[in-house]
Amino acid sequence: MDLLLDAVIFGLLLGCFYAAVSVGLTVAFGLLDVPHIAHPAFLVLGAYCTWLLNGYGLDPIVAGIVLMPAFMALGMAVYRFYYETFERRGSDAGLRGLAFFFGVVFIIEVGLILLFGVDQRLVEAAYIGKSLDIGDTRLPLRMLVAFAMALILTAGLALYLSKTFTGRAIKAVAQDETALRLMGANPVRIKQWAFGIATAVTGLAGALLIIIGPVEPTIDRVYIGRTFCVVVLAGLGSMSGTLLAGIILGISESIVLTMLGASWAPAVSFGLLLVMLGIRPQGLFGR
Amino acid sequence: MTARGYRFWIGAAIVLSAACVAAAVVKNEYYFYAAYVVIQFVVLATAWNILGGYAGYVNFGSSAFFGVGAYIAVMLIKWLNLPLGLQIIAAAAVGGTLGFGVGLLTLRLRGIFFSIATVAITIILETAVINWRFVGGATGIQILRPPVMEPFESYTKMLFVCMVLLAIIAVAIARHIETSWIGRGLRAIRDNEEAAECTGVPTLKLKLAACAISGALMSAAGAPLAMYQSFVEPASAFNLTYSVSALAMPIIGGTSHWLGPVLGALLLGSVQQIVTVTVSSELNVLVVGVLLVVFVVAAPQGLVGLFTKVKDKVKGN
Repeated sequence: MDLLLDAVIFGLLLGCFYAAVSVGLTVAFGLLDVPHIAHPAFLVLGAYCTWLLNGYGLDPIVAGIVLMPAFMALGMAVYRFYYETFERRGSDAGLRGLAFFFGVVFIIEVGLILLFGVDQRLVEAAYIGKSLDIGDTRLPLRMLVAFAMALILTAGLALYLSKTFTGRAIKAVAQDETALRLMGANPVRIKQWAFGIATAVTGLAGALLIIIGPVEPTIDRVYIGRTFCVVVLAGLGSMSGTLLAGIILGISESIVLTMLGASWAPAVSFGLLLVMLGIRPQGLFGR
Repeated sequence: MTARGYRFWIGAAIVLSAACVAAAVVKNEYYFYAAYVVIQFVVLATAWNILGGYAGYVNFGSSAFFGVGAYIAVMLIKWLNLPLGLQIIAAAAVGGTLGFGVGLLTLRLRGIFFSIATVAITIILETAVINWRFVGGATGIQILRPPVMEPFESYTKMLFVCMVLLAIIAVAIARHIETSWIGRGLRAIRDNEEAAECTGVPTLKLKLAACAISGALMSAAGAPLAMYQSFVEPASAFNLTYSVSALAMPIIGGTSHWLGPVLGALLLGSVQQIVTVTVSSELNVLVVGVLLVVFVVAAPQGLVGLFTKVKDKVKGN
C-alpha cells in the first residue's frame, strides 16, 4: 500500500513535468493545427543547449530562461518556413507537412549525435542528487524543482493565453481564422508569434528534461508518445486539460513502473494514446 | 494485356534472370550483402506507397510491420524450424492482418492522428517483444542458418535472389493497383474522402485493402532479416529509421507512379550503403532526413515529377 502511495506521489510530480513538456505542443498542434511531430526533438535540443550552458557554470533553470529568446526566434523562423512552403500552397499540404517535420526529427537527432555523441548527458546544480524525506517517502529534490517550474510554466502560459491581448488573439485564430481576417487582423503574424511562444516554452521545458534525468539524442522518440498522449488526452488546445492529462499519464506510468518494471514504461503513454485515439479522439476535455 | 503490360513483365523477367546470373558469376559476397539491403528497401518503399502515395495516409509505422515480419520468422524457426519460404508467407499473413487492424483505425483517424497512431503501434509492439523472453527479449536472439539450398552456393546470395523476387512481386502488385479501378478509388480518397464516398467509391473497403496489402508486403520484407543477420534484436528490428526511409524513398522518387519508390529506394539505398561504409551509419540517417526535407520543399512530385517536367519542356520546344 505504501508502495502504491509512493507511486502516486511520484506520478503527480512526474505528471506536472509531462504537462510542462507538452504545453508547447498544446499551442503548436492543439491551437495552430501544425502537425508538429518534431516537438520532442526541439525539447531534446533545448536540453542539450542547457547542458552546454551548464558547462559554463550556469544553473540549468537560468540556462533554460536564457534560451527562450533564441528558441522563440527559431520557432518563428520554422513557422514562417512551414507557412510559405506548405500552408500557403494548399493542396497536399497535410502529407508533405508531416513528412517535413518527420525529416526534421531525424536531422536534429543525428545532428546531436554527430556533435555530442550518443553518451548520456547530465547537468550539475545544487539541488540535483539531494532528496527530501517526508515520513517514509523520499522525494528527489530535482523532481520537486522540476515540478515547481512546470507548474509556474503551465500556469504562466495559461494566464498569458486568457488575459493578455495577444494571448486572446492566439485563441481567436485557433477558433476562427476567417473571422479574424475579416476583422482586419493578420492571422499569419499571430500564428507565427504563437508558434514562437510555443517553441520558447519548449526550450525551457528542455531544461527541465535534463534536470529530472540524463538525456541522450534519441530520447525524443519516447517523448513523441508522452507529449502527444498528453495533448490528445487533454483535448487539443485546452491548458487546464493539459495539466490534468499530464498528471493522469504521470500517475499511470509511475504505477506501471512500480508494478511491472521499467521495461514496460514506454508502452504506457503510447498505449493510452492509441486507446484515446481509437475511442475518443477529441480528448477527455475536448471541445 | 496491353503492350505496356508485356513490356513490364519482360523487364521483370530480365531483372530476375540478371539477379540469378549475378549470383552465379560474381564471387564477392559483399555486393550481395549490400544489394540485399537496397532491394529490401525497394519492397518497403513500394509497400509504403500503396497506402501513403496513392491513398494519402502517411504511415510512420513501417518499422512495426518490418519488425513483426522479422519476429514471426524468429518464432517459426524456434518453434517448428520451418523453411524460409514458409516464414515469408506466414509473415505476410500476419502483416496483412495487422495492416487490416491499422486500416480499421482509418475509420476515425486521418492526417497526423493516423500517423501518430502508427508510431504508437510500433513502440507498443517493440515493448512487447522486449518483454517476451521466448524470442530473446531486449538482448536479442541468435539464429543458426540451415545449410544452403541448391543451386545457390551461399546463403547471402540465396537471400538476395529471394528479395529480388519479393521486390518484383511487390512492384507488380503496386502497378496493378495503380492502373486499375482500385488505384483510381485510392486517389479519389486522397483528394477528397467525403466526395469519394458520396460518389459511390467504397472507401472503407479500399482503405482496408490498401492497408492490408501494404502491411503484408512490409512484413514479408522483414521476414528474411533473421536469416540475413543471423541475429535479431528488437531495438534494431523495430527501429524508426526503417519508417523514415520507407517514407522518404517514395517521396524522393515520386509518389504518383510505381517507378517512383523503386527509383527512390535504389538511389537512396545505394547512397546509404556507400555512406555507411565510407563515413558512418549515423550520417546515412542524416542523408535520408535532409533529402526528405529538400524534396518535400523543393520538388514535391519527386524525381519522376522532375523527369516528366523536363520531358514536357523538350517536347514543348
